Amino acid sequence: MAKKISILIVDDEESVRDSLYNWFIEDGYRVECAQDAKKALSMLESDVFDIILADIKMPGMDGLEMLKRIKSLRKDSIVIIMTAFATVDTAVQALKDGAFDYVTKPFDPDDLSHLIRNASKQISLLEENEILKEKVVSLENVEDLIGNSETIQKVLREIESVAQSNASVIITGESGTGKELVARAIHANSPRKFFPMISVHCGALSESLLESELFGHEKGAFTGAVYNRKGRFEMADSGTIFLDEIATISQKMQVELLRVLESKSFVRVGGNKEITSDFRVICATNRDLKSMVEKGLFREDLFYRLNVVNISVPPLRERIEDIPLLVDYFIKKYCTSMNRPLITIDSSALKRLEEFPFPGNIRELENMIERAIVVGNGKRISLKDLPLGKAIVNTTFESLDDLEKNHIFQILTKYNWNISVSAKALKVDRVTLYNKIKKYDLKPSK
Amino acid sequence: MNLDNITLIYYGYFEKELLEMVVNDIEREFSLPVKTQEGHLDLSVFYDPARRQYDGNRILQKIDSEDASDDCKTLGIFNIDLFIPILTYIFGQAFLNGRCGIASIYRLSNERYGIKKDERLFIDRIRKEIIHELGHTFGLIHCQNPTCVMRSSTYVEDIDQKNHQLCHKCKKDLEIAG
Repeated sequence: MAKKISILIVDDEESVRDSLYNWFIEDGYRVECAQDAKKALSMLESDVFDIILADIKMPGMDGLEMLKRIKSLRKDSIVIIMTAFATVDTAVQALKDGAFDYVTKPFDPDDLSHLIRNASKQISLLEENEILKEKVVSLENVEDLIGNSETIQKVLREIESVAQSNASVIITGESGTGKELVARAIHANSPRKFFPMISVHCGALSESLLESELFGHEKGAFTGAVYNRKGRFEMADSGTIFLDEIATISQKMQVELLRVLESKSFVRVGGNKEITSDFRVICATNRDLKSMVEKGLFREDLFYRLNVVNISVPPLRERIEDIPLLVDYFIKKYCTSMNRPLITIDSSALKRLEEFPFPGNIRELENMIERAIVVGNGKRISLKDLPLGKAIVNTTFESLDDLEKNHIFQILTKYNWNISVSAKALKVDRVTLYNKIKKYDLKPSK
Repeated sequence: MNLDNITLIYYGYFEKELLEMVVNDIEREFSLPVKTQEGHLDLSVFYDPARRQYDGNRILQKIDSEDASDDCKTLGIFNIDLFIPILTYIFGQAFLNGRCGIASIYRLSNERYGIKKDERLFIDRIRKEIIHELGHTFGLIHCQNPTCVMRSSTYVEDIDQKNHQLCHKCKKDLEIAG
């Protein structure tokens, strides 16, 4: 059943209010009246009206001022301005301020019907648009983050609670855990969702390139700057900027970034015009920023500016129960993209995957499944299709210390933090293992 | 609602024979006897010299206070150009689910628009306009059915597009209201 359209009539003349009231009531609309802007605004605080018909000249606040206030309360409100004395200037001003239409009293009955019909159509379109947007967002969300484990559910709850706010977020977690997906989920559930999310991989760019990338540049700012170019902050206007690998930026960039975050304005490289941009910032890192601050490697003020909310994405080894779901998801994803019939996975292969430590996390699992689909027999993924026994290229750990730390953690986790058994497996004595645990500050996962 | 009848009161210069031609159809639509009578009202007090029209709102209120009663539905019928402050003209108006309404035949004739006189069409428009305004007094709102007499009409051409009968849905609503 179609929704009953509601109309608020705002006019200081009682006869006008009564006339319009009777006219619209006969059309089956829900109609309320207010004798001035003040009363109308107070009614709008407690009630929602689809269409507001307002006189331009009223004692106290006039129709144009009221229009601005209404628009700040509810952007989508359809406001039609009425006047007895039409001037081009006021008509243009009303439309500029967001009025749906502007009519001169008295109007032809047919014009009034036409006006309300058009406004009703606009309302239907807006509602339809909202429904479609919701559908798009729910589709995005379903695709984004997979898992039933308590750890990933906690992340999802954190995303939900932080998404609606404008707070800066730092997402921490090992490489390949899906930090960017978390950032996308925050953006997709935020009021900024219909504006862009701009990603910048800070670690991949040199200091000067990053500066130009973030702030943009003017033509001739440096060799090769042939055109003016918008920076990422400018492109993220009304949306979100995602700064990945934030811990890699230089001290100079940290100062620049702090200034931009505080003023939301910047100047393009080689330019002199101040540009403002309304963006939300989400950062990600696989490093411990707090300890970097303690060591003087990361500015404390920038850290606190960014770290309003911290979301920690768990490594795959802490959400083993999600592996079957993830495997299923990646099989569907790659079979569809490779235009192949859907295949399954052997239970023995799945069991081995559940036992595998996955130092490269979900990214590693994803690559493994993609490879298995390519090299496999096209029916089932079996153990031989998975490179579990072979050396896996591990991009996470570059130093021997990192590798050792991770290996010890894996063994401890595997043997339930039984020191004697773990030490035996590692072929070291218990004291050595204790020393290593202390050195790497290892703690059992929650 | 225990109603005795529908009363059509014509005011000012009016050919009462016009009403006699539509009475039967009105009785059939509302299943009530229809009475016609002459009313007396000084219309000059409702005249707006600036607009050269008569104020429909004030006339409706006057009829409601002086000629309407609770045991019938009353419709004041005129041959004057009616307006309400916000609109350039109206064919008629009524209190929704109230005791009375008004209608004017002033804008219903072809001659008003420079077209050849058509008496049959004129009567047909009067019939539809009276039934439409009476429908409002019985609580019926505008209907989306293009042939229903309760369809909103802002031009005479719109009136010509619809029938003089209530559609199935409006009849049902009328029964519920009754």
